[in-house]
Formats: sequence, structure tokens, C-alpha cells
Amino acid sequence: MSEQERKQKRPKDTPKGDEAQAKASVAERGKKLKERMDEIIDEIDEVLEENSEEFVRNYVQRGGE
Amino acid sequence: MAVEKIIGTETEFGIAARTTQGFDPVGNSILLINSHEPIQSIKAIWDYAGENPLLDARGFEVSGERERPSQQDNRAINKVLLNGGRLYVDGAHPEYSSPEVTNARDLVRYEKAGERILEGSRQAANRLLPPDGQLYMYKNNTDGKGNSYGCHENYLMARAVPFEKIIEGLTPFLVTRQIFAGAGKVGAENQTEPVEYQISQRGDFFEAWIGLDTMAKRPIINTRDEPHADEEKYRRLHVIVGDSNMSEFATYLKVGTTAIVLSMVEDGWIRKDLALEDPVRAIKEISHDVTCRRKVRLKRGVELSGVEIQREYLDLAWTYYQGREAAPQVLDILEKWTWVLDKLAEDPWQLQRHLDWVIKMELIRSYMERRKVGFEDQRISMLDLQYHDIRLEKGLYYVLERQGLVEQIVTEAEIADAVAFPPPDTRAYFRGTCLRKYRDQIYGASWSSLLFDVGEAAVKKIPMAEPTRGTRKLVQEILDRSETVTELLDNLTG
Repeated sequence: MSEQERKQKRPKDTPKGDEAQAKASVAERGKKLKERMDEIIDEIDEVLEENSEEFVRNYVQRGGE
Repeated sequence: MAVEKIIGTETEFGIAARTTQGFDPVGNSILLINSHEPIQSIKAIWDYAGENPLLDARGFEVSGERERPSQQDNRAINKVLLNGGRLYVDGAHPEYSSPEVTNARDLVRYEKAGERILEGSRQAANRLLPPDGQLYMYKNNTDGKGNSYGCHENYLMARAVPFEKIIEGLTPFLVTRQIFAGAGKVGAENQTEPVEYQISQRGDFFEAWIGLDTMAKRPIINTRDEPHADEEKYRRLHVIVGDSNMSEFATYLKVGTTAIVLSMVEDGWIRKDLALEDPVRAIKEISHDVTCRRKVRLKRGVELSGVEIQREYLDLAWTYYQGREAAPQVLDILEKWTWVLDKLAEDPWQLQRHLDWVIKMELIRSYMERRKVGFEDQRISMLDLQYHDIRLEKGLYYVLERQGLVEQIVTEAEIADAVAFPPPDTRAYFRGTCLRKYRDQIYGASWSSLLFDVGEAAVKKIPMAEPTRGTRKLVQEILDRSETVTELLDNLTG
């Protein structure tokens, strides 16, 4: 495949349609994603190893391979 | 003409206990691989007879101790697996070798299977250990204190290709592929330039361009010449420069693109001068720049970014496959490679579902923003480590996977199948299937042989020097009609 053909295969930019609507839905998606990320960070705090400081300090490996 | 790219990876895992008191990484690794049914009951030893890691591809042999454990030790540190792979203790780490596969997608399946096998082993060992001694395992490559452990890839290549051609054609690719294959790391190690976050776990540890070492003065191109196959016909290229990946997408792309580049090297297709002025410096410069815009200097004087060098290889690959028959998977890899390089050129942040280093960077960024902390907070180092935790319920990669936030390549059912059964299309099929069918009479195994105990003084050795044979297509019928090992040997030799 030539460089020209390869470029054509690349995903095209979204066509210019109703830009306002597109922007609104992007904002809404962004808000949802943010809420979702808040929940995920809470979950991460629940599973994150307690005493992070000590755990990380004690994590020493012998070089391998 | 390029040979079929039989592929396998070896992954060393980090191991730790809840408290350090009484923790012995060697003893605990041995316990770990000996605790889990059905692996525990496999008595086959590892046959080291054909191994010589001291042979150098440049044509000489280095002096040193070859590994030859006693039979009892051998059994304690080696487990041949039903999927055709191997679980063992290498130094102070549990290590998993995938069986030989023919393509990147299967490699993803069998690498994930290794994580599941080790997680089962970890849980079984923990049932025997006190609360303070509970074990944890990490699929990463550094302890953050200057100690690194590896993830090695192996690719079958034609012996006829001069090693210099491999060095020349492959180096710029290996130095730059971290932009999609890197697993990300907080901070810098090994006296390199300080940085908050970098692309690669391993980049800081590479101190030489070419060499036989793997543990000290690590080289970008490793010259170990141990084909585990017909040495007249093949070499096994041992790539030690990569990171262990959690992301299926990154594993797929890393192995898939490397196999494509190696085929091009074999066919003399790397017709561009991409030689780097200083590969050892360049690998760190690229790793230390998360914008992917930093340029590195080529020998011929120009400067190119990692993305630009990768695009040179990509363009070569599209033209290489123009006149050749390519499997659908090869086209899929080329399309994903194209797409990823475009996104990296625009803004790497867009790959927060795909590439480990971006997934982890985005997780850390979100965490710091919400908890109002910086890189100096120890919770950030903990995130960096626990991202690689192989526990499905607590590993942070798996938390994100469960939430649908990472791109997957294979299903959990396909991984479960890869835990129990070998791939159908390499010699691993014969190894794994014999182990399942004649378990107690398999005396030993290696990559290139299987040893049968037929109740006589001497064991019978079946050589498997051809990695593309021993497949389901070639041996299933013989295995089906051989009730016993004696019948099998008669049928194979008869």
C-alpha cells in the first residue's frame, strides 16, 4: 500500500454538522466521565494497599534475568 | 525468505510479602510454584542438556557456570505446564515462559494465562502462610530502587541472516517502540536525569548497545545464541529491552510489530538509514519525554522523534506487504500501528484506554487532581506499583478493566482455555498434550525435547528441533490411537 493509500485509510475527521449540539454532547460526556472517574478513584482508595509508605519502602527486589 | 515467526515470552514477576520479617524471595517463590494443583503433581524435570546461554551470536563462547541443578532441586524449581509453557524460579523471582505461539493474539492469550496460573499459585501458597507472610506479585520490571527484572521476548529467525543485519535493522525500532510498548514509571533510576514520570520501566537500565549480559550492563541487543531448535536452520532472537505489559493492546502491538520488522530484516527490506548516533542515550531521551516530541540524533546528522522513526518502519511495512500475502491479523496490526502513531503525534493522552504508560499516567493524574497530592506522596508510588498487581480484585489495571476503561484483545474464556491447553499450531501442542495424557510417564521436558519414562533403565528422548512441527494437525491422530507411552513411541518411530 502506498503512502497515499495509507493516508486515505486513516480515520476521517468528523464532518462539520451541528457544532453546537456536538459541543453540548461533548460537555455532557465530559461530566459523566468526571463523575465516573470520581467513583473509580474512590474504589482505588478502597483497594490501595494500606501503609503505602512502608509498603513501597519495603518493596525491594533482587535484580533478575 | 522470512521464516514463520514462532514467538514466546518469559516474564519475571516481582514478589513481596505483607511484612518483610521472615520473607525469603527464593523460598517463597519455590513454595509458590509448588502449592497449586494441578501443577503440584507434575513431576517432570526440566531437561537442561541442550541449553547453553553462554554462546554468543557473534560467534564465540563465554566462560561461566552453566545451570545444572540436582534432580530434586530441578523438580522444586521447574514446572512444565499443561499449556506447553513453563513455570519456574529464576534467581529470586517466579518466572513464567509462555508456550511457543505463531501470532501476537495468541501470545496475548498465553501471557495472560501465565498471570492467571501464577495468581492461582499465589492464592494456594497464601493458604499455607501466616497473615503477615501473605504474598503479593507484580508484573512490572523495577522495584523503584535500581533493581530491574525482565520480560524477554523470543522470535524464531532464519540462521542465514547475518547478525549484523539484525543489529542494524532492529536497533532504531527497539529504541523507539517504547512509545506504544512502555509500561510507564514514576521517577528515574540508575543515575539517569531526574523526571516525574517516564514512558518505560526498563529504559533507565540499558547501558550497552550490544552484548551477552542480561543482569548487568544490560544491552539493547542481546546476543545470546541458544536457538532451542535446529541450529543450522534457525536462531532465536532474544529481545530483553521491553517492559512487561498489563495492557493486552500494548502486548499485541509490541509483539506483532516486532515480528513484522524481523520479517523485513530477514528479507532485506530495511532500506533506510535509521542508525542512531547513540542508541543508549536515545532510549532514555525518548523514555523521559511523555509528550513524544523529543527528537533523537541519527548518525547521518538529522534528528527525528520516536514517532517519526516508527513511521519510517511502518511505511516500509505497508510496502513490504503490498506484494505479499498477509494474514488478516498482520493487516490488523498494521492498521492499529498506523492509528496509534497518529494519536501519539496528536496527543498521547488519547491512548488512555490502550497503552500502559498512558493508562497509568492518566490514573495518577486523576488521582493527584482529586486528592490534591503530588508525585512526592507515597500513594502515588503505591499506584505505580499496584497497577501491576496480578490480583483480579485488587490490581489497579484490573480495577480499570472491570470498569470497561481499557481496550481488550481476548476474552476471559479464551484465557481460561490457554491456561489448560497448548496452542494447536506449534510443537507446544505435542508437549502439553503428552503431559495431559501420559503425565506420570513424562520424565522431563525442554523446549526442544520430551523425555519419556517407559520403565527401563534409560529414558527415551523424543527430539523436537522443529518448532513448527508437533502440531495438532500433525500429531493428534497418533496421540489419539496411542493409549500408552510405549504405543506412542512405537507409533512415532514405526
